[in-house]
Parts: sequence; structure tokens; C-alpha cells
Amino acid sequence: MAETPLPPSGPPAAGSRNPPPLIAFFNVFGGFAIRLNNNLGAMAVFFVRAVVLVFHPKQVREIVHQVYFIGARSANIVMLVGFFTGMVLGLQLYYVMNKFGAVGFLGTAVALSLIRELGPVLTAIMITARAGSAMTAEIGIQRISEQIDALTTMRIDPLGYLISPRIAAAVISFPILTALFDLIGILGGYVSGVVLLGADSGAYLHRIDASVDWIDVRGGFIKSVVFALLVITICCFQGFFTHLRRDGYGAKSVSLSTTSAVVISCVMILVADYVVTSFLL
Amino acid sequence: MAPEPLIEFRNVTKRFGDRTILDGIDFKIYEGEVTTIIGLSGTGKSVSLKHIIGLLTPDSGDILYRGKPITRMSRTEWNDYIGRISYMFQNNALFDSMTVFENVALPLKRTTNLKRSEIERRAMTRIEQAELAEVAHKYPSEISGGMQKRTALARAMVTDPQVVLFDEPTTGQDPIRKNAILQMIAHYKKVYGFTAILISHEIPDVFFISNRVLVLWDKKIVFEGAPEEMENAKHPFRDEIIQSLESLQRELTGLYSRRQFKVRYQTDLAGRDDDTYAVLVFSFDNMDAIIAGVSHDAAQQVMRSLGTYLRKHFGAVGGFSSRQTLNEFITILPFSNLEEARRILEDFVGDFRSQGMAELARVFNEKIQQDACFDFSVSVGMAQGKTQVEIESVIEFARFKKELISNFQCETRREPS
Repeated sequence: MAETPLPPSGPPAAGSRNPPPLIAFFNVFGGFAIRLNNNLGAMAVFFVRAVVLVFHPKQVREIVHQVYFIGARSANIVMLVGFFTGMVLGLQLYYVMNKFGAVGFLGTAVALSLIRELGPVLTAIMITARAGSAMTAEIGIQRISEQIDALTTMRIDPLGYLISPRIAAAVISFPILTALFDLIGILGGYVSGVVLLGADSGAYLHRIDASVDWIDVRGGFIKSVVFALLVITICCFQGFFTHLRRDGYGAKSVSLSTTSAVVISCVMILVADYVVTSFLL
Repeated sequence: MAPEPLIEFRNVTKRFGDRTILDGIDFKIYEGEVTTIIGLSGTGKSVSLKHIIGLLTPDSGDILYRGKPITRMSRTEWNDYIGRISYMFQNNALFDSMTVFENVALPLKRTTNLKRSEIERRAMTRIEQAELAEVAHKYPSEISGGMQKRTALARAMVTDPQVVLFDEPTTGQDPIRKNAILQMIAHYKKVYGFTAILISHEIPDVFFISNRVLVLWDKKIVFEGAPEEMENAKHPFRDEIIQSLESLQRELTGLYSRRQFKVRYQTDLAGRDDDTYAVLVFSFDNMDAIIAGVSHDAAQQVMRSLGTYLRKHFGAVGGFSSRQTLNEFITILPFSNLEEARRILEDFVGDFRSQGMAELARVFNEKIQQDACFDFSVSVGMAQGKTQVEIESVIEFARFKKELISNFQCETRREPS
């Protein structure tokens, strides 16, 4: 006997009808807002727990190791970028100031631009590119290869072991690298403005000495610390939770996390720069 | 009264999205036992172990440690609990930026206040036991998969845990090493008295060291009991799991598994009228001394050679053999009376003394250092069986009648220091 096919029964499957456009908009926007809220909350908890675990005697060796990785190994690239940034500043500002007969203030313009703004921002972006991306990839690989789970089974807190030393090292390294960037940048401005374009050497150095206050240096220092906390938290968070990504698994998730870490860090550096500057002024 | 379980799963369910992995499973783990979980790939064996160590939490149900749900433990209780357990990951989860030594020493460095010299001593002891001393300074990517496995084993053992979870510890090992690792687990268990939970596909070898077996099948525990009870289980898993894996095992060793041995006995002899057969029980003595003094690997190699020798000799006259325990083989000579069996055995002993023992000694000497020296011997017991009599009692009688047939004495003894 031939079997008669059964008619479809039961309620229509959920989502089989498209919702009205307004509802669809709020669905998408609401979902995004909830995810953003969850991620920010998770990141805050992640950051606070990691900071608490910095203060442990066994961390010293790890912190020194990370200072070497984040700080010492980034020094060359920071100096290189700082030198050419200073040269470009010297070059551009020389031509602008020359129009107003104010070449004597070249030192002031170069130094204040670097110390208050460009130094902290560009240093943070360079460290993000060099150390932050590497950190995300390293932690992400440790996550997908179960090394982080292995730490948990050994009663070693993964946050304390992997994240806390990096946060401490970043807080130490960022201001030092920023100072290095500023110094080399001022030297770069001197080379292009004084040596190549013929501005007065004494005026350049004197104006720096006369116009740069401790308040400017303090502002740059505060920014570098804020950027350090932001960059390291974002990069480590992306790597640590790479396995929870919904847009990729395994090696793909690590590459996506690394990209996200760099992009989000750079954007957040610029956003935070504006916010901190507005408070400092 | 049944003993209180150390760890108990009560109606544990775990889902990943829409996919149910564990569907209300119940089982118990008892203190001091080796419990093996078997099942086909993807049936939730590793997921079960990860629940015990707290890497996963159940969607419903409870996991109890000494009667207390682990999800309701205080922080102190949890730290105490987790400090007693060690986990060996299926993919090893070694830190690839650390050397073998650093990997093994890490748990001691981070969780104890031991002095550096003591940490080094303990880590090196485990590394040497795992025969990794020569690669202690190398990174995991520079050593073989088998060595990585043993590094993970050494790391799992370095904190002297009370419960050790082994997630497929023999995967990726050659047949000799597989047995050596299982034997190492059995030896450690005897020495340190921990409770072991093991996931393994090495049937039947893993049964030699297991007190209990759990079978995960279709999201449920379908069998829980002693390995020998499993042979009588009426469930599709028996054909699916055991037979497929045993055929591989036979291919590798040439000997029957215990189950196959029993089947052959049932087919050829059991139930026949008045037929006789002879049972020979061979045992390799001094096994513990060799394991302690040389290595698990050497002991396994020698056992394998002895098994091959038995198979060749007695297989030619219609006998069939099986490895029954870590150091014991049983051979049945069907339709033979005691007198015939004795003659066959005498031939065997003659051959074995002239060639077999030398072969074993050669294998053994390859594994030991020049200045080390160990004696070993092989004993045999013989008994007459009748088809109406239970074979277990005949084997037991043969064990009782065991006597030495060959003895190897080391020629160059070390001078006492």
C-alpha cells in the first residue's frame, strides 16, 4: 500500500514571517546594545579582578618579563616613529611659522604638540600594533589549545598569571616609552627645523625650556597611563575570550580577535584622548 | 554496606546549544579505584571529566564530592577540592613557550612555597620517571607526540594529587608505549594510592588496570561495573565498541584478548562430553623490580616478546593464548591430557632456555644502562581441565602449581657502594 504523505501540522516555525521594519530595527539595535553592555560589564570585571591579582609576590618575575616584552622590545620602533614624527612637525611648522615671522617659536610648537598630544597617542598606537596584537594572538592561542583551562586545573588563576603582569608592565612601560618618544621627537624637530631648514638652534632649545611646564608633562603622563590600561585590557580581553566569538572558531577566531583588538584599541585611544584632554584643559 | 562514593554524578545533563551531550547521567567513582570510561568518539567522555574538574558546569543535576555538591562549595572548600585533583588533557595542553622542565615545574612554582631546589628535585623526579630527562630542556614543539604525552603525564603527577583524571593518556603512542603508560598509571596508583578516572580506547589492555568500567552510549551511562562483568552485558555497545577495538588489538599483539580467549574456549571446548584440555599459566616474575629499577617501557617490551614466543610455540600445536594480567599469560592446549601437555611444555622449556630467554635478555639489556643489573625469571603452572569443569577453577589450580622454568641472572653485579 502506498504511503500517503502527511500534511504539515503544528504552528508555523518561529521567525517564518518577517517582523515589521520598526520592530526589526529595534531587534538589531537592541541586540547590539545588550551585547555591548554585556561586553563592557565583562571587561570591567575582567579588569578589576586582574588588577587585584597584580599585588602578589610571585608576580614580580612575570612583570619584569612583560616589561621587557612591552617596553624594551618596543623601544626601537617607538624611537623610529618618534624621530620622523618630530621631523615632519619641524618641517610643517617651520613653513607655517615662517609665514607669520614666528620661526623662533618652532621649539615651543614642536615640544608642546609632542608632549601634550602626539607623544602619548602615537606611542600607544605603536605599542598596540607591536605588543597588543601579539598579546591577543598569544592569549587567544593559549585559549583555543586549552592552556588556559590547564592553568585552571592546576589551581593557577589564569587572570593572575596571564593578565595581571601585563597590566602592571603596561602601566610601567607606556609612560617611559612616551617620554622616549617625546625626547626623540623633539630631536627630530631640531634636525629638520634647525639643521636642515636653518632655524636658530638657541631659540629652538630656549623656547622649549621656557614654554614647557610640568603641567604639560603631567597631562602626557596621565594620558599614557590611561591608554596603557585601555590597550592592555582590550587586547587581553579579546584574546582571553576568543573562544566565545560567534563569527569564527579556532585559528580564525584568533585572527578575528587580533584584528578587533587593534581596531578597538586605536579607536578607544582617540576617544579617550579627547575625553582626558577635555578634563585636563 | 556499599562504600560511600568519592565522586558521584546525579542526573547530570549538559547541552551545547541545541545539542544534548549528557542526558541525565548517573555514575559513581570510588576512592582508590581505577575507573575507566569508554565509549565512541563524541559521546561526552571528556565533557564528563571536565565537569569533575570544574571546567564545565552541568545544565541540570549535581556532581557530588564526598556527598557535597561541588557547585555549592564555599571558596575554601572549592580550593581544597580542586587542589586534590589533577587533569591530563587529551591534547596535552602543554605551554609551548616553556621547556619540558618548566611545564612540569609550573604547578609547584605557582601554587606552593617550596624552595627552588625542592621544586627542581620533585620536577626532575617525575621527568626521569617519564623517561624525559634527555629532553627536559627542550620545548614541546621540539619533541615527539609521545614525549609530549608523557610530559603532560609528568605534569599531572608532580603535585601528588589524590584524584587524577586521564583524558586518553595513550592516544598517539606506539603499542609498546601505550602499555607502558597504562602500566605506569597502575604503578603510580599502587605507590601513591590515588583514585584514577581514565578515558581510553585501549581495550582490553586498559581493563588490566581498571577496577571498574563505565560505558557512555547515546548520552547515557549504559554499563557500570567490573571489566569482567562487561563481557556479559547485553547491549549494542558490546559489539560496536569492544569488537571493533579488539580486532585492532589482536592485529597489534597477535594474542587473544580475555574476551576472545573465552569465546574460543566456549566454541572449541565448553559443553563437549568428556573432552580434556591442559591449562598452562605463565608468569613473568620480578616485574615490579624491573619497573622500579629500569622502566615501564622495558617491562612491557619483555612481556610482549614473551607473548609472541608463546603464541608462536603453542599456536603451532593448536593451542591458544591470552594475556590475563600485567605479568601473566594463559595457554590452553585443547584435547590434550596432562602427559601430552607436559611433553609439549618440556619442548617449550628447552627452546625457551636456549633461545627465548636470550631473546628476552637481549630486549631487556637494550633498555638498561650498562652498570645496572636485574634478575628475572619465568614460572609456569599446569593443570588438567575437563569440559564439564569451570575453566576458572582449572586456571586457579594451575596458578597454585606454578614452578620456576627459567631464570636469568645478571652476570656483572654492581659492587655495593
